[in-house]
Parts: sequence; structure tokens; C-alpha cells
Amino acid sequence: MLEIRWHSRAGQGAVTGAKGLADVVSTTGKHVQAFAFYGSAKRGAAMTAYNRVDDKVIMNHEKFMAPDYVLVIDPALVYVADITANEKENTVYIITTHMSTEELIASQPKLSGKKVYTVDCIKISQETIGKAIPNTPMLGALMKVSGMYEMDFFKENMIRVLKKLPQKIIDANMIAIQRAYDEVK
Amino acid sequence: MADTIELRDIEVWDGNMAASQALRQVQVDVVAAYPITPSTPIVEGYAGFKANGYVDGEFVMTESEHGAMSCCIGAAAAGGRVATATSSQGFALMLETLYSASGMRLPIVLNLVNRAIGAPLNVNGDHSDMYMGRDSGWIQFGAYSPQEAYDLNFIAFKVSEDHDVRLPAIVNQDGFMTSHTAQGVHTLSDEVAYNFVGDYKPMNDMLDLDHPVTHGVQTEEDWHFEHKARQQHALMTAVLPKIQAAFDDFEKLSGRKYNIVESYNMDDAEVAVVCMGTSVETAREVAEEMRTQHGIKAGVIGIRVFRPWPLEQIAAALKDVKAIGALDRSSPHGAMGALFNELSGSLFNTETKAVLTNYIYGLGGRDLTKAHLVGIFTELKANADALKPTTPLQQYIGLRGPKLSFF
Repeated sequence: MLEIRWHSRAGQGAVTGAKGLADVVSTTGKHVQAFAFYGSAKRGAAMTAYNRVDDKVIMNHEKFMAPDYVLVIDPALVYVADITANEKENTVYIITTHMSTEELIASQPKLSGKKVYTVDCIKISQETIGKAIPNTPMLGALMKVSGMYEMDFFKENMIRVLKKLPQKIIDANMIAIQRAYDEVK
Repeated sequence: MADTIELRDIEVWDGNMAASQALRQVQVDVVAAYPITPSTPIVEGYAGFKANGYVDGEFVMTESEHGAMSCCIGAAAAGGRVATATSSQGFALMLETLYSASGMRLPIVLNLVNRAIGAPLNVNGDHSDMYMGRDSGWIQFGAYSPQEAYDLNFIAFKVSEDHDVRLPAIVNQDGFMTSHTAQGVHTLSDEVAYNFVGDYKPMNDMLDLDHPVTHGVQTEEDWHFEHKARQQHALMTAVLPKIQAAFDDFEKLSGRKYNIVESYNMDDAEVAVVCMGTSVETAREVAEEMRTQHGIKAGVIGIRVFRPWPLEQIAAALKDVKAIGALDRSSPHGAMGALFNELSGSLFNTETKAVLTNYIYGLGGRDLTKAHLVGIFTELKANADALKPTTPLQQYIGLRGPKLSFF
């Protein structure tokens, strides 16, 4: 079982990102689950979303999770949300920030000694899609760090997931995914 | 003629999308609805299908849930296939009209996305609304996953519209835990799905002007009791065989097998929990781990049909266990939990001497963790060994602060 927790602000697309990832993974024959904690959250409120991936049918519906990957798509959540909650020894963090990994760890010491990768999904999405929707670039970064799928396969499937959007936006998302894949460190 | 949608064999859908797609596939004549979290995406999705030409029927936006169900009743009496969706307070507002729908013997399918009932206001999942509808005369199915929310819609239409049944049916799914959780759903093609349910065959429809009928009559002491008795007779005798037949047909069609009582690892189980919704699947996973990691022969009974209550099947499924935990996801407000009481009623006149205890859990969406279930199975094992309760009869699970228990 592979488990992923997203930290996001409501409106940044973590739920769409989690469901999109689940959709892509499902095409490979694996079983998937994607969900989120909502409550009556307003846009901008801190929230979490989740993915489970397994070779057999996923029966576990508990919300509790000790994640293998933690994806943070809003830079400030590193300081105000409990992003290390229920972590495992080998939990991998991929964090959206304008800082280098070293600078980030210096600013948030509880990340020291952990496997931390950084990428500026906010800037990438602003420069490609035209607004700060950091969900798809984060998936590009996840593909690089996890080695889950080849980029061509992933992009091909993401085009299908995003098919209801205008072609221009789909193209911009593909550039964003590739940039995050190339830029994550 | 509505356009069809080419679905992939497995679509990644949440429970709401699964229900919405099922409503599209059976080509409902009238959906009348008023939105409420977490069921809104069902009717929102359906309205989208309608707007984009995938549905021929009518979509009516009403002023309230009371209006929505009233509209459904009118449309069903007129002679159409009818459905809606709601949750929580919306279901509460419908309650008066629910009794009208069942008393008038109108087939209507209601997707009830289970949510807590306030105060305090809470949009998350528990079974308070499902329990509120217990005595309303509706058939109640329970889904544990998006796949089941999809499949049970087809079953519900088929059973509800059967001329020997003619009773409305609710398909329950857990708010958020199913309704907003995306998982792989094995789909049926539009044609196969529609043909499973078939064309709607009206009976006593008001638009059949050659055969005038009256709906919604007043009966006092002279006939009211007989009408209610006929309703009960249909629920107690006709419905479960029709559900079983629909389950059998559906298995032939899809390969997916549903049972009126879902038994898991019960053949040699010493202890068992009885529960509904997503908890059933989590409990199955934990029951497996209790055997491999804790040496406790644990089983799970999932309630698939909450109304009519399958008393004999439940009693048979539990006859050999030594300890049972009834898991209620609703505040019993001054009594033992409803499942505890139903199980007591089902087992009291049988040979079983099983110890029965009650757990209240998960109110307002509070997580039921695997660790909680390990604790419950462990307590049940102690009850089985002692042949009497070793804990209070009713305990609150996952509650913050001091432990709360009664009796």
C-alpha cells in the first residue's frame, strides 16, 4: 500500500490533483482511493487530501494515515500546518517553495534529517497556466521523485483527465508538469 | 433521444458521481431536487447530463426538499420513473412526504448520502438520517463503497418498480467517506445498465385517462389500518425475495455478488461486529488482521438491507458466534443503539447465547480507525471467553475526554 497526503489551501486544487492521480494510477490496473477532509472550509483554509494505491482492492476507509509521501502545495503550510503528522521513518516530503531545500530546512527545523525535495509549483503554475494552481506541477514533481511512471505515459493520461478544459489550458498544464519534473530538487 | 456516453471499464468515480451516472443510465423521467451537502453533486451531475443532452427526462429545481419529494410523488403518481437525492437536514425536511410516498405505494429511488443531523451543524458522515427514515416504509439499501453506490441504484429501481412491490427505495452511502472518495468503479455500458432495469411499467398511473384512479386519499378508522397492513405485508413478504432475485440477476450480468446479509469470515468466527457503510469494509480488513496477527477468530456482518429488516437471515448469520458488537453510527439519544436493539430482537428467541454489546462511534464524521476496531474485537474476545459482558453494554468509541459508557 502506497499512501500520500496532500497539504493545500481550499481552492488550490489538491482534491482535483489527488483524484487526477488516482485516475492515472487506475489505468495501470492498480486499485486507488482519493479523498479529502472538507468540513465547511472556505477558500484559503488549510486542508488535507489523500491517496491510497494498492495491488488489491482497498477496503480501509479510515481517515488516519501514516503517509509514504507528503505533498505540500502552499508554501506557508510548512509553518502553520502539522505536515509531519503521523510520519514514518522514510516519509518523503515534496514542498512548494521559492527557497532551496537547505534554506527551507533552516527555516523549519522540524524537517531536518528528513527526505525533503523542493520545487516552486506556485511560480511554475503562474508562469505557465497563468494562475496559482499548483496541483498539476506537484504531480510532475512526484513523478520525478517517486519514479512512479514515465513522463510520456503520465502526460498522456493527464491530457485525458483534463479533457474538459480548453486546449490552451491543457497545453499549459503539460508544460507545468514537465517544468516541475525538471526543476524539483 | 438522449446521447450515450462511452464509459471505460473502470472509471475512477466518487460515490456521488457513481450514483449520478446510474441515474443517467436508467433514464429517469423526473428528477426533482434541492441541493444539500454532501449529496449535491449527484443532482448537480445529473443536471449537467440533462443540459448536455445525455438525459431525456425532466429536471425540476424545487424550493426545498419537502417540495422536491412532493414533486417526486406527483411525478410517480402520474406514471414516471422518478429519483432524487438528499442528506441530513434535507432528509429531515422530506420526512413528512416520505410517508406519503410509501403509503401511496409509489416507486421512487432516493439516494441518501448519510450525514449528521444538527445541532451542532455538521456536514460530515454519520447514519442519523438513515436511522430517521427507519419507520417511513421505504426499502433501505446500504452501500459500502462507490462501486456499491453505483450497483445498488440499479437494484433499487428494479425492486422498487416491481408491481408486486411498488414501494420507494433509499440507497444509502456514507457522506464524504463514500460520496467524495474516488475509487475504481467497474461500469456497465449504457445499454446493459438500462436493460437490466428495463422500461418503466406504470401501474395505477394518473395519466392513464382511460382508467381513472385516485391517489392520496383520506381513510379514517374504516380503512387506514388495512392500508398500513397491506404495506407491511408487502414489506415483510414480497420485498426480500425480489431483492434476492435482483441480486442474482445482477450477479449474472456483472459478476458482482450482493447478499441480503453480508457475512465475512463468519464460518468459524468466535466474535463478530455488525455495522453499516464504509465501516464494514474497514472492519473486514481488521477482522483478517485479528486472525493473522492476534489469533482471534473475527468476523463481520454487514447490513446490506436495513429495511425491511432481514430478521431470519441475521439470526442465522450470527447463530454460532459467542460475542457480538453492534456498531451504531448515530446518537441513540436515550436508548441503546438501533442496531443493538434490532439484533436483540433478532436473537432473543433463538438458541444463541452470544454476548451482545453496543458501540457508538463516528458521529459527525469522527474517524473509525483500524486501531479502534482492534480494540473492539479484543473486548469481544474477552466477552466470548467470559460468556458474559466484561465491558459496559454501551460504550462510546473515539470520543475525546473521559470514557463514556452506560449500563
